[in-house]
Amino acid sequence: MIEGISIYEILTLTTILFFIGIYGFITRKNLISILISVELIMNASVINFVVINKYLYPEMLQGVVFSIFIIAVAAAETALAISIIINLYRQIGSVEVEETEMMKY
Amino acid sequence: MERYIFYIVAAIMIIFAIASVNSRKMMRSVIYLLFVLMGVAGIFFLIDYNFLAGVQLTVYAGGIIVLMIFSVLLVHHIELELQLAKTSKRILAAIASLIGIGVFLFTIYSYDFKVVENYNTTTTEQIGEKLLNFGDGGFILPFEVISVLLLASMIGAIIIAKGRKLEEKETEDGGQK
Repeated sequence: MIEGISIYEILTLTTILFFIGIYGFITRKNLISILISVELIMNASVINFVVINKYLYPEMLQGVVFSIFIIAVAAAETALAISIIINLYRQIGSVEVEETEMMKY
Repeated sequence: MERYIFYIVAAIMIIFAIASVNSRKMMRSVIYLLFVLMGVAGIFFLIDYNFLAGVQLTVYAGGIIVLMIFSVLLVHHIELELQLAKTSKRILAAIASLIGIGVFLFTIYSYDFKVVENYNTTTTEQIGEKLLNFGDGGFILPFEVISVLLLASMIGAIIIAKGRKLEEKETEDGGQK
């Protein structure tokens, strides 16, 4: 644990990060920007897992293992999302959310 | 000392996260996200999870950011400015986020966490043993499932990104022959 820093301060930081991600998710209109917001949200949750593991249950490792899994899933998700975005750009020439009307394939 | 480093890292993370969701240029937005991810790695270093910080730096800062930069460069003109959402929508979203922050912080601060004082370091060896342990509380099954998921998403990404145009071209070539 960090000397002089309580768990509340770190949880405050992750809450703020999480809601900045939510704000971007609502206001942005571009698929890549939405992906960036999702990354922010996921990072906030990863810090939460790790911090709660370290501060409350230091002899266990579940939080660390789960954050490794979250990072792996995030990598897979980003790769898929970017391939979908590139394919969409080839087909309709735009990555704005409003111009994405078809959901075929 | 560590305390001030934490405050500096936290300030950097929040400032760059706000800049990342507000920037009108795509490329800058991705670079700001890179700073936020570095800050997350810094926090992992501060609470003594060195392996996790390394994973964060290699996978996020090294892999995902590069993927995003590639997609931005493929999809956008680099000097293109994004249009912003309507002002009323942004204000509404900001108010909703602030209310959410308020509710979360109220819940967090009214709960009494039973913090255990400890300064022991978790080694990579312990994490590896936990991951590959098939006894009680071991994580070998999720580990294997994650590896299958990564393989499936890799194949899926290749097939999706290959797209229909290539297939059409192939059939056109076949028709000409």
